[in-house]
Amino acid sequence: MIALLTRDLRLAVRAGGGFGLGLAFFLIVVVLVPFGVGPETALLGTIAPGILWLGALLACLLSLDRIFALDWEDGSLDLLATAPLPMEAVVSVKALAHWLTTGLPLVLATPLFALLLSLPGAGYGPLVLSLLLGTPALSVIGTFGAALTVGIKRGGLLLSLLVLPLYVPTLIFGAEMARRGAEGLDTTTPLLMLAGISCGTIALLPFASAAVLRVNLR
Amino acid sequence: MNLNALWEYANPKKFIRTTERVLPWVSVLSVVALVVGLIWGFFFTPDDYRQGSTVKIIYLHVPAALMAINTWLMMLITSLIWIVRRHHVSALAARAAAPVGAVMTVIALATGAIWGQPMWGTWWAWDPRLTSFLILFLFYLGYMALWEAIENDDTAADLTSVLCLVGSVFALLSRYAVNFWNQGLHQGASLSLDKEENVADVFYWPLLVCIAGFVLLFIALVLLRTRTEIRARRMRALLARERMR
Repeated sequence: MIALLTRDLRLAVRAGGGFGLGLAFFLIVVVLVPFGVGPETALLGTIAPGILWLGALLACLLSLDRIFALDWEDGSLDLLATAPLPMEAVVSVKALAHWLTTGLPLVLATPLFALLLSLPGAGYGPLVLSLLLGTPALSVIGTFGAALTVGIKRGGLLLSLLVLPLYVPTLIFGAEMARRGAEGLDTTTPLLMLAGISCGTIALLPFASAAVLRVNLR
Repeated sequence: MNLNALWEYANPKKFIRTTERVLPWVSVLSVVALVVGLIWGFFFTPDDYRQGSTVKIIYLHVPAALMAINTWLMMLITSLIWIVRRHHVSALAARAAAPVGAVMTVIALATGAIWGQPMWGTWWAWDPRLTSFLILFLFYLGYMALWEAIENDDTAADLTSVLCLVGSVFALLSRYAVNFWNQGLHQGASLSLDKEENVADVFYWPLLVCIAGFVLLFIALVLLRTRTEIRARRMRALLARERMR
């Protein structure tokens, strides 16, 4: 498992185009928003939590088809399927690798981007915490979508159509928590719901992803 | 009749033969119920004292909304049957039901918007019920798109079944998440087993007839579409056999 994780991480960093791309996309979204809605600080501060959550979500989405596509093309996915490692573990490791290369950098970069959108000072803690809790769920759900569409040529658009509705609950609670934090309200309820969603998806969804991947490799 | 007899209809031939006889009856009954229910509802019930004649859209809106949700429920059950017992008719019925459910969702959203314009003063509000219906529509779209995208029939049936299961959980989750996110404008349930919550009696009976009509219409459409799917698949198999010669 650790070997697979390090292999995936190494591939993500060295193969080029994958690692920094999500982060760059996130930055571009953040830069484009003021052009779209105008540069007033008050307005930007109000919508900053939602924009940052949306940006992180889209950046996550962008890199999903890379989770399995390359391994599918060169046949290493078949090798993994016949390896003694259970498919559920493979899927979990893939999701973890995706989170480490996409989710975590997004979380770390968020305070900087929040500065660009003039987020109120009280909002930083809840925003980062909500993303830290929510992005693993995004990665796990995305892995399920990627496993569904792995056999389909040009499945990128289909992947977004399938995955985005599944992202709704995570986005609602995550953005709600960030928004409440920015307004100085109590964030306990959305925090607990978000943590619940993350734990639930991490615990259960790998089984669905593995089942789907087995069907696709049949 | 014991329950095991039900599985006989998993045989496509038996299914085609039985539905051949049932389908005309269901179709005629659904047309009768819809015509009676709608005419009764539109012309022989009084206007509501607050909503005026706009209340009459209830005869389209409520049955469509009911069917939009129940179609997904039916797809969930048939998907489970496919996963557990691998009856092809079951998977094809789920596939056949999806577009019907999507159209029901659109009807519910559209009639709701038409009613909302004079009553709420807006075509659309981000109300929990409206929002979760929009999300439900997206789930239908994704489900149908996945069916279309995969060439191998069994693979497609497997993948869409799992998507339906996972999607059900997330759709339910979204329903309650959306409730938390925004308080609604939408009124409470029009019908429930608890008599206290029901609409007034004058509207109640024609509404029930309309709902029966929509249910029968749904059954007729799904049977028809499932028959078409079975025949299309048989034709593909025959063509493939011809080519082998």
